[in-house]
Order: sequence, then C-alpha cells, then structure tokens
Amino acid sequence: MKLTLKIWRQKNANTKGELKTYPIDGIEGDMSFLEMLDVLNEGLINKGEEPVVFDHDCREGICGSCSLQINGEPHGPDRLITTCQLHMRMFKDGDTIVIEPFRATAFPVIKDLVVDRSSFDRIQQAGGFISVNTSGNTIDANAIPVNKHDADESFNAATCIGCGACVAACKNASAMLFTSAKVSQFALLPQGKTEATERVLNMVAQMDKEGFGNCSNTGACEIECPKGISLENIARMNREYLGASIKG
Amino acid sequence: MSILDSKIPKGPLADKWTKHKNDINLVNPANKRNIDVIMVGTGLAGGSAAATLAELGYNVKTFCYQDSPRRAHSIAAQGGINAAKNYQGDGDSTYRLFYDTIKGGDYRSREANVYRLAEVSANIIDQCVAQGVPFAREYGGMLDNRSFGGVLVSRTFYAKGQTGQQLLLGAYAAMNRQINRGKITPYNRHEMLDLVIVDGKARGIIARDLVTGKIERHSAHAVVIASGGYGNVFFLSTNAMGSNVTASWKIHKRGAYFANPCYTQIHPTCIPVSGDHQSKLTLMSESLRNDGRIWVPKKKEDAEAIRNGKKKPTDLSAEERDYYLERRYPSFGNLVPRDVASRAAKERCDAGYGVNKTGEAVYLDFASAIERYGKEQAAIHGNHNPSDAEIKKLGTQVIESKYGNLFQMYEKIVDENPYETPMMIYPAVHYTMGGVWVDYNLQSTIPGCYVTGEANFSDHGANRLGASALMQGLADGYFVLPYTIGDYLSKDIKTGKISTETKEFDEAESRVRELLNKLVNNNGTHSVDYFHKKLGKIMWDKCGMARNAEDLKSAMSEIRALREEFWKDVKVPGGMDEMNSELEKATRVADFLELGELFAKDALHRNESCGGHFREEYQTEEGEALRDDENFMYVAAWEYTGDPGNEVLHKEELDYENIEVKSRSYK
Ligand SMILES: Cc1cc2nc3c(=O)[nH]c(=O)nc-3n(C[C@H](O)[C@H](O)[C@H](O)COP(=O)(O)OP(=O)(O)OC[C@H]3O[C@@H](n4cnc5c(N)ncnc54)[C@H](O)[C@@H]3O)c2cc1C
Ligand code: SF4
Ligand code: FES
Repeated sequence: MKLTLKIWRQKNANTKGELKTYPIDGIEGDMSFLEMLDVLNEGLINKGEEPVVFDHDCREGICGSCSLQINGEPHGPDRLITTCQLHMRMFKDGDTIVIEPFRATAFPVIKDLVVDRSSFDRIQQAGGFISVNTSGNTIDANAIPVNKHDADESFNAATCIGCGACVAACKNASAMLFTSAKVSQFALLPQGKTEATERVLNMVAQMDKEGFGNCSNTGACEIECPKGISLENIARMNREYLGASIKG
Repeated sequence: MSILDSKIPKGPLADKWTKHKNDINLVNPANKRNIDVIMVGTGLAGGSAAATLAELGYNVKTFCYQDSPRRAHSIAAQGGINAAKNYQGDGDSTYRLFYDTIKGGDYRSREANVYRLAEVSANIIDQCVAQGVPFAREYGGMLDNRSFGGVLVSRTFYAKGQTGQQLLLGAYAAMNRQINRGKITPYNRHEMLDLVIVDGKARGIIARDLVTGKIERHSAHAVVIASGGYGNVFFLSTNAMGSNVTASWKIHKRGAYFANPCYTQIHPTCIPVSGDHQSKLTLMSESLRNDGRIWVPKKKEDAEAIRNGKKKPTDLSAEERDYYLERRYPSFGNLVPRDVASRAAKERCDAGYGVNKTGEAVYLDFASAIERYGKEQAAIHGNHNPSDAEIKKLGTQVIESKYGNLFQMYEKIVDENPYETPMMIYPAVHYTMGGVWVDYNLQSTIPGCYVTGEANFSDHGANRLGASALMQGLADGYFVLPYTIGDYLSKDIKTGKISTETKEFDEAESRVRELLNKLVNNNGTHSVDYFHKKLGKIMWDKCGMARNAEDLKSAMSEIRALREEFWKDVKVPGGMDEMNSELEKATRVADFLELGELFAKDALHRNESCGGHFREEYQTEEGEALRDDENFMYVAAWEYTGDPGNEVLHKEELDYENIEVKSRSYK
C-alpha cells in the first residue's frame, strides 16, 4: 500500500505545531498502525530527520498509552480497539491519513503526538480508592459475597484503560465517562459503599478543577471508547452525585 | 568462589517466616517519617510495596518510565493469580502450592522462599478483594477459580482475561490514596539510569526526566528495584515495548550479582510472527488451555495442504488430528507446564507439521469446549434435545464470557474468527526467571538495595508456573518487603537526610551524562532498532528454546561484535535536553547488548537441561529435559568485572530438606 500521512509535528509544549506531509510506501495490511509508524520513523532516522514521537507501550490494547486521533477519530476508524490494535487492513492503497494528538485543554501537547494526561491521575488521587490498609489484616475474601451481576458490572466499569479517547471524542472535552467508570466500579461493590459520598464529590470536584468540560449527553465518548465503557456509568455517577450532594 | 549467604532463617520450614517476622527489628512510627525510600518501578511489585511502605509511614518516591503508574506492564497479565485458598475443596493447601511451584521450577528454586510465597498467597486475595478488585464470581456470590498448567487443582483467581489489569489498578489505587496523603511522591516519565552508593550502601539514584531531559539526583535510605523482566533482550517478546533491563543492569554493574540469566520462559500460546515488520508478540493466555485443545495434522500431507491453503483445519476429522500433548502426557494433557508445551510445539513444527505460512504454528481449538458447554447450558435451561445450532450458540456464549477479550484481540490481529476456526499459536519469549540475586530478605548483594517482582531471580527456579508471577509480585510488595526492609532501615533512624551534594552523586551523574552525550553525538548510520533486531535474532536462534554449546559460544562472540558495532555506528537523532524516544531506546539496548552476552555465557556453563533451559546435549531418549543434580543444583550468581563475557561465577547451593528431588514427570 502507498499512503499519504499528514502528521502533527510540534517540538515541545511552548512552540506551535503544524501538520506535515509524509508519503509512505510498502505498507501491508497485516501491520498494525503503530508498526506503520515504525516504518516511517526508521526511514526518517535513516535520512537524518527526527522521528515522530507518540506514546505506546503494551501494543495490545491494555496499557492505555497509545492515543492518536486518526482522521478525526480517537483510535481511528475501527470500533472497540485502541490505536495499537488498529491494523492497516482498515485502509486502502492511496488513502490519506491525518494523525493528530488527542485534543483537550486538560491534555496539553508535550511533543508531536504525545500529550500530558496527568489530570487523569489526579482525578483518581482525589478518591479513586477504597481506604483499606495493605497490612494483610483483612477478612477472608469469601466473607463478602457479591452478587454475580453486580460483580460483572463492576468489572466492566473497571476495564477502563485511562486512555482519554472519551475526552478527545467529546466536543466539550468532558471526562465524565472516565470518572464515572471508577465511581461505578466501587458503587457496585459492598466494599465501596463506606466512602461513596466523599469519593464522588471529590472526584467530580477534581475533574472540574482540571478544566474538563461539562457533559451534554451526546454519547460520542461511548462510541469511541475502546473498552465499551457504557453511558450507564455516567447515569449512575449522576445519581451518586445527587445523593451525595443532598447528604453532603 | 565465594559462598553466597541467602540468610534463610533457621527452624522448621512452616515456621521460618513467622519466626523471622518476630525476630527482626522494627522502626517506630515517629522515626519512619524521617526515612526515605526510592521505588524504581510501579508495577505490581513496586506499586504494592510503595503503597504499603507509605502507609507504614516512610516517605516514598516512585519512578516509572510511563506517564502513569497504571500503565506498568503488569497491566497486561491476562489469566490469573494463584492462591492456596482451597475454596474449591479440591485438596489444595499451602504445602501443595509450595510443592507444585518447586516441581514446576524443576528443583532450581529456594525452598524457604517458595514456602513463604505459598503461605502469604491466600492473604493476597483477601487484600485485593478488600480493595475492590472485581474478581470473577460464581452465581452464589463466591469467588470463582480456574486451572493453570502443571497443577491438578483449581487455585487460580481471575478477572476475565484482565487479571493483571485489575490487580494493578488495585495497587495503583492504593498508591493514589498515599499520593493524596502526601506520603508518595510520584516521578512518572522518569528513567533510572544509575545507582548511587555511599559508604557501601545504596543511597540514591540518577534519573532522567523523559519530558525535559533533565538529569536529576534523588537520595534515600534504601533503593528498591521493581523494574520488571528483561525478555526484550530477544527484541520480540510479549513484554511491552519499553520493558528493559536497565535498572537491574545498572545495579549489577555497581555490585549486585545477577542470577541465572539464562532461565527464560518461552510461552507456548502466543500469536505467531506474521512478518519482518513485527514489533512485538501477543500472548494468548494459558487459561485458554483449560478449554482449548492443541493439535497438528497427523499426516504431513495434510499439514502441507493447510499451509498452501488447499485445506482448512475444520476439514480434518478427529482421527486425522494429532492432539500431541494429550498423546504424550496423558495425565496433564493440554495443561502440562509451559516449557514442556513449548518444546512439544517446536518438535512438531520442526518435524514438518506446522500449520501456517511459515510452518511455525499449531492449533488451539475450542470446538470441543463449545460443544461441551453448549450441551451443559441447554440442559440447565431445560432444553434436553438441543439442535447443533443451539448448542453452538450457548457454548459460544460461555466461551465468550470466559475469554471474550482474548478472542477479540486474536481476531483483530489475525483477521480470523476463533469461534469458527481454531486459533494458531506458537511459543514466544514471555518471562524471565533469572534476575538480580537476592537473599531471603529480598536484598541484593549491595546493602540497602532491594529487588522485587520479576526483576529479581525470584522464586520460580528454572520455569515459572502460570499465574504465579502476579502472586510473587504482590507477595513481595504487600507482605514481604515491608517487613524485611524495616529491619535494615532500623539502623538508619539517626542518619538524617542523605545529601545529594556529594562526590558519589557527582560521579554517578557524570557517568550518566557521559553515556548520553556519547549516544547523541555518535553520528552513526543505523537506528537503535536495527541493532536491537540483530541482537534479538542471535538470541532467538542461539539462546532460544533449544541451545547447544557451539551455538552459545558463537552467540557470545556475535553479541560482543554487535555491541562494538553499536557503539561505533548507532545513530540517535535529537538531543538529550528534550523528549527523545530514540535516546531512551538506545540506553536500554546498550544494556541488552551486555546482558545478552552474559545470558549466553550462563547458558553455556550450565551443562544440563532444566525447566526453560534446554540444552540439546542433555536430554532423555524421549526428548525430555535431563537435569544434572549432582553438579548443577545451585543458583548461578554472576559478579560484574567490567566485561560481561568475563564475569565471575558465585554459587548458591540449593538444599532440599522438605521435598524429595525427583525427575519431573507430567506423563
Ligand atoms: C502478556 C503477559 C501476560 C501475563 N499473564 C500473567 C498471568 O496471567 N499471571 C501471572 O501470574 N503472570 C502473568 N504474567 C507475568 C507478570 O505479569 C509479570 O511478571 C509481572 O506483572 C511483573 O511485575 P513487576 O511489577 O515485576 O514489573 P512490571 O509490571 O513490568 O513493572 C515494571 C515497572 O518498572 C518501571 N521501570 C522499568 N525500568 C525502569 C527504569 N529504568 N527506570 C524507571 N522505571 C522503570 C516501569 O515503568 C514499571 O513501572 C504475564 C506477563 C505478560 C507479559
Ligand atoms: S472510558 Fe473508555 S475512552 Fe475513556 S479513558 Fe476509559 S477506556 Fe479510554
Ligand atoms: S500501546 Fe498499550 S493500549 Fe495501545
């Protein structure tokens, strides 16, 4: 396959970036999208140019590092996968592909396609945990039976990989899907109930502080989420938040 | 040749850990506030330890190269975590888990460590459930279990195919709680590039901020390395792209012995290599062997017809298939340990029965399981005369609920639907049992420098059983290190803050600057990947699933030559005072190029086959590994001397007082 790539190049956070055009040839359908970029980079290095920098690590859809906006869509045209799981068979010979970083005020660009998502960590630090000591003096695991349906729902919410596609997909750059996934995971488990009130209040407050936008229920986040995190989580968080606000 | 002191406590096996905990010194809570600990790595091993130490009151600084601790490669672990809970009532016990692990490791691990691991395993599950880790459950609300290779009980706890993710997010949450309290300061996107030793003790590190390129000095009273495994020395592996040996190798060069580097786990069920562009390999969890049956065609003509696309696997009847694991190992069948399953796949493919274009793949087939589950479900739903289509539909649902994400991953990569046609799999490098040598307290040969998780030479001997790395990482981090490091730190309560303005820090920093300068100014002609791929090929061809003396000797000299070429000819664009992904890769590959040679040397010196280390010269008539207990029942711990090809061997003899050493049989 022969392709034309238009890639966002930006030296660092303080300089302006721009789209640059790179023709590329010899791409096979079995290559992953990032392997295609490896080929591009190898060529750039051999020509003495600086390679395109992008975040990636596991290359199997679980670490949440990779974060490319491909032809305007976070993680590209395929559904329920991350950028690193996207394969070139989704494209055809002669295509032009525009590759940009995830865009949001709360995700400033660091370099080229790499963004700073530490705002996500700070939301988790505000309350995304159960305050249990790790000393080993806990009760037997089976002393707390959990209804299978709740356990499965909690698990589904917990599979969020913190990639940020939901934010990049949202016209308001809202982090509701991400935040609600954690709130839901714990809200569905008996272990999480004790701190439920503070958790939702603190996490939502941090989310607002980081400069994420409001949710206007367009549902774009759910469509682009590689892990199929459901909008129901947002509804659950809204209920939790309302309940907590009344109490709190 | 010195004798290494493993500091195993005296007394009966089952009492050692309890007694040791009672004997060691504690630090009072007020004094803990004056003590700093550096944690390099925030995977399961580092994350759990950081959270626990911070909770105890120490000031912890964590380092990881990713942008968040949540992305450590522990996140990728799929299948599960072992614990001797005996919830299934199938005869499991601490002793049985201990026994299975020692046997699985082919009698090359330390009894006392493995027993402790088995002993604390049950606690891990309690801990994780309390943290809100959503493990799989049965309809009654109790925790569910599955089986892994090399054992005859169901002791593996899991969260679909994302067990590592859920456990790591549990540890990450525990860390977040401590970050919120100000007890952990996280340094993400930071890479440790050297260890600082003051008066013989580990007192700090030199790290590079990967965003700004700034070289930083960090001091502490103790340094813990939890930086994961070094499988990427093979270039292609199931590890993350950034997984590296650098932190371990740097401490090795400063005096920590490196143990059993040649013990590598080649995992039998990975997606086969598809072409030269391949950047990494993807695991298909061992848990799939609970339900998948492994086979190749019985007749070579059929294998050839499949390779040429003239036949499909589903065209072959049961009689035309060779379920070679079930045939060779009737009692363990598809659930033999990994090393055995990998060699058996290689044997069939080498003999010409491989089923993909390259001839390096075997089938993992779910058709029987789909049928079995389908019938079971139909009966449960009161349908006693189900049609084939109904059976298939119900069976597929069961398989999907157990392994859905793995099947999806497979389909995205291979472009085939594994519910309809068997998966193709082949062995790939996955885990490294070798690593930095540590004593019973997890301390390396450098005082104050501890090593946990996959980075240490660990509890798995020459072969690790499935679902036991997560167990070890969390055991080390939540339950072992927090005690043992306290004993060491109790002598530091009066020391006060460690200054970074000393000649030791100056020297370490200038070493790092010199290395980075050299790389960015080298002006060579080839990229880092070019060298990494070449190294990987030597490693796979000559130090891979089957090794022999001649190949290993040539691997040593080829790697040495490649290393020299690297330093002459590598090209690293960009500078050191900015984000520079090529420079990051270069420092890692430079260390792999040294480790690779020691790896081959270790494999060459071990004139026996054991676990994942298979020497062609040492095998039984049936092709099974042939150990030499008389001469090799020891841990090989290597001391750096300035040249990886000439390191000095130290032996830690292994004593088996509680287990009778036998030849391993899964027949
Ligand atoms: C695909 C896959 C599936 C697996 N499935 C299972 C399973 O089902 N069950 C099981 O028991 N085991 C499994 N394993 C093995 C297990 O996941 C690992 O052995 C274990 O998670 C390693 O944990 P760790 O904490 O030691 O290292 P890691 O999780 O690899 O963490 C390493 C940490 O060190 C940091 N780091 C590395 N180098 C540096 C440096 N120079 N400077 C600063 N920081 C650094 C990294 O950023 C990271 O935070 C699997 C492994 C793989 C690859
Ligand atoms: S909710 Fe989905 S899109 Fe958003 S961070 Fe989590 S996995 Fe990514
Ligand atoms: S690189 Fe890990 S999810 Fe894409």
